[in-house]
Amino acid sequence: MKLTLKVWRQESSNKKGSFSSYQLDDVSEHMSFLEMLDVLNEQLIGKKEMPIAFDHDCREGICGACSMVINGEPHGPMGGTTTCQLHMRHFKDGDTIFIEPFRAKAFPVIRDLVVDRSAFDRIIQAGGFVSVNTGQAQDANSIPVEKDVASESFDAATCIGCGACVAACPNASAMLFTSAKVSHLAILPQGSVESTRRVQAMVKQMDEEGFGNCSNVTACEAECPKGISVENIARMNREYIGSVLGSETSV
Amino acid sequence: MKLEGKVPPGPLAEKWTSYKSTVPLVAPNNKRRIDIIVVGTGLAGASAAATLGELGYNVKCFTFHDSPRRAHSIAAQGGINAAKNYQNDGDSVYRLFYDTIKGGDYRSREGNVHRLAEVSRNIIDQAVAQGVPFARDYGGLLDNRSFGGVQVSRTFYARGQTGQQLLIGAYQALSRQIGLGTVEMYNRHEMLDIVKIDGKARGIIARNLLTGKIERYAAHCVVLATGGYGNVFYLSTNAMNCNVSAAWRAVRQGALMANPCFTQIHPTCIPVSGDYQSKLTLMSESLRNDGRVWVPKKLEDAKAIQEGRKTGLDISEDDRDYYLERRYPAFGNLVPRDVASRAAKVACDEGLGVSPTGLAVFLDFSDAIQRYGKSAANVQGVHNPDAATIVQLGEKVVEEKYGNLFEMYEKITGEDPYKMPMKIYPAVHYTMGGLWVDYNLETNVPGLFALGEANYSDHGANRLGASALMQGLADGYFVIPYTIGTFLSKDIRTPRIDPNGEAFDAAEKAVKARIDQVLNIKGGQSVESFHRRLGKIMWDYCGMSRNADGLKSARKMVVELREEFYRDVFVPGSNDEFNPELEKALRVADFMEMGEVMILDALNREESCGGHFREEYQSAEGEALRRDDEFAYSAAWEYTGWDKEPVLHKEELIFENVELKTRSYK
Repeated sequence: MKLTLKVWRQESSNKKGSFSSYQLDDVSEHMSFLEMLDVLNEQLIGKKEMPIAFDHDCREGICGACSMVINGEPHGPMGGTTTCQLHMRHFKDGDTIFIEPFRAKAFPVIRDLVVDRSAFDRIIQAGGFVSVNTGQAQDANSIPVEKDVASESFDAATCIGCGACVAACPNASAMLFTSAKVSHLAILPQGSVESTRRVQAMVKQMDEEGFGNCSNVTACEAECPKGISVENIARMNREYIGSVLGSETSV
Repeated sequence: MKLEGKVPPGPLAEKWTSYKSTVPLVAPNNKRRIDIIVVGTGLAGASAAATLGELGYNVKCFTFHDSPRRAHSIAAQGGINAAKNYQNDGDSVYRLFYDTIKGGDYRSREGNVHRLAEVSRNIIDQAVAQGVPFARDYGGLLDNRSFGGVQVSRTFYARGQTGQQLLIGAYQALSRQIGLGTVEMYNRHEMLDIVKIDGKARGIIARNLLTGKIERYAAHCVVLATGGYGNVFYLSTNAMNCNVSAAWRAVRQGALMANPCFTQIHPTCIPVSGDYQSKLTLMSESLRNDGRVWVPKKLEDAKAIQEGRKTGLDISEDDRDYYLERRYPAFGNLVPRDVASRAAKVACDEGLGVSPTGLAVFLDFSDAIQRYGKSAANVQGVHNPDAATIVQLGEKVVEEKYGNLFEMYEKITGEDPYKMPMKIYPAVHYTMGGLWVDYNLETNVPGLFALGEANYSDHGANRLGASALMQGLADGYFVIPYTIGTFLSKDIRTPRIDPNGEAFDAAEKAVKARIDQVLNIKGGQSVESFHRRLGKIMWDYCGMSRNADGLKSARKMVVELREEFYRDVFVPGSNDEFNPELEKALRVADFMEMGEVMILDALNREESCGGHFREEYQSAEGEALRRDDEFAYSAAWEYTGWDKEPVLHKEELIFENVELKTRSYK
């Protein structure tokens, strides 16, 4: 198929960016979206131009590296799919495709489609863990966890930290990301011990990073490639209020 | 050079315990004065950095990713082994040790493998305490499944995302230490060289990938946890950015590369679909618990499927060859990976492949759907279920077990694996070879340690499924925190290492020269095109089966390709910017040197064992023919110069506890 690509090009974070237009003539429907960009990049390199920079790694939909907005949607038109798992069979001959980086104040552009998502790391560093040193653990089966509870925790834990939720949100809020970690750990007996401290610390960091607030648009859930539910946001709000009003702990 | 494994004396089961009781320690007040560099943040690197930080050392941790959580351990699907014997099915530490030695075709060190089996139990405890949501049964206790090459259920799993959940556990432990200030984290920094002072590893040169700045970092010792070299083959299940450069740079500094020809070709991957293909996707080995592997018995059926005139559903039961069940009745579809891969190749070489390229076999779940469907109907009290109900209920059970894998398959191929049998073919997945290390996980360069897939330590010539996660975490959480003391306890009087000394000057200069060299060639071919060509040579001649003539010509081709690279590669842009093409160029240059050593090792090892199959050495039935009298050693290669022949060093493998037998899964 033949495609027209309008790709955001930006040399560095302090330079102005703009869309550049490219034609691709021979795109196979079996290609992944990133393989299509590989083909374009090979052509650009052949013309001694800088290829389009984009983050990518596992290309299996699990590492969370790929981070582009395709035709206005983070990770493109297919639900529950990362860009690397999006295949060209979902596009038509003659399509024009707009490709941009994830846009948010807390995710500054590094180059072209590459953004800086280290704010997510700092939110985890603030409290997204269980405080257990190596070697302190008791036997794994000593605390049974109800199957459904473990499963609910798992659903939250499948977050890949890609940032599509932030890119999808009109407020660039990181509530879905943060709440997924709060939920994953608070639901489990191993993590509930320090849930009060955790939720306060993580929310504080999230605010400091410059993410927006949640106004219940729920675009985050719709665009999340792992289908993380906004119920997690409700749980985080509950945890947060409970931790501020119902506990001596404050961070 | 004499290679000393340094395995402690005493009975096998007591070695690690007595070692731990006698290993020299570093007191807390001294730990605070000691710096450690950890390169890599996969399971091995993240767990090591976190644990060393917890112990009180000053840790600097490096990754080329934008976040430690992206390391490729994240993509492991199936599970992690541990000798917990929660299923009461006869498992034990000894049995896990024995399975691993046997599975590795008797090419690993007994002492290291037994230690791995011992600490496997602690890993599960640790992960659960961190909040890793492993699968559980209705009683709330942990569930297990089986993997290839074993007859017990010892694999713990978290749906098809076990690697992700374990890595996030380690990442969170690491993040906690970063928050506490014991670990300083350097994202988007790529190690480009090791710096040695007086023969000891004392630091690294890293490139800040955002700015291109070449930076120096000094420490008392350096730990590499930088993964394997599967991307030598270009197409593999490794992530796009996985590379051998850190390990190879260590080799250029005198570390030995052990058993580089031992590469694992995984039997169940989604087949190649076109020339543009950038990577291959694994379908977890856990699928072989329930999927049955087959090809048509008749060539004309295979041909009809290849040409699209028939599908798998058109082939009657009698005309199907469930070749693994036929050839290996004791283990059936759960034979180890090397055996399953070779069997698929044999079937396809005979013309029985089932994709347009002829390079695919079926992995069929229809029997499992029937079996689970009937059982689910019974549970629901439906005693005479109709066919549609059985299928519907069966599909639901299969979805619970493997849903995310089926979904991934459908996304990539556009086919529904619940209805049509999956098509799979072997692909490069893991590398058992790696940096030579002793029992302390220390390379022959003092102060340079290698963990996880980056070392060659535990898997011999073939790794069993669900053992990579086990080894990465064993090395990082439970081994290196002890063994690093053997080096550091002698170093407590060494003051902070100065990154401004001569050694660092020279190393930085060499790195800059290397970068300038590739940027200034300004030839006509892209880095990618060289990588593809290298991969094709390696796959064709040093892949699933190898022979002397092919290997000799491959070596020539690789050397020529390398010369062409340095004549005609084109790398756009400059060093002083975010430049992924430059990163790739440096990695591919190293792959081309590594590829040659792999070929050399494959040529030297005149036997077939594990993932290394030399066509000259096979039994009448086409099984691998090991030659213990001549090759029961680890081959460790020393780099001696650009145009010089690498030197082979041998570490004889001593088996005091297991008897060397022909590996049989029949």
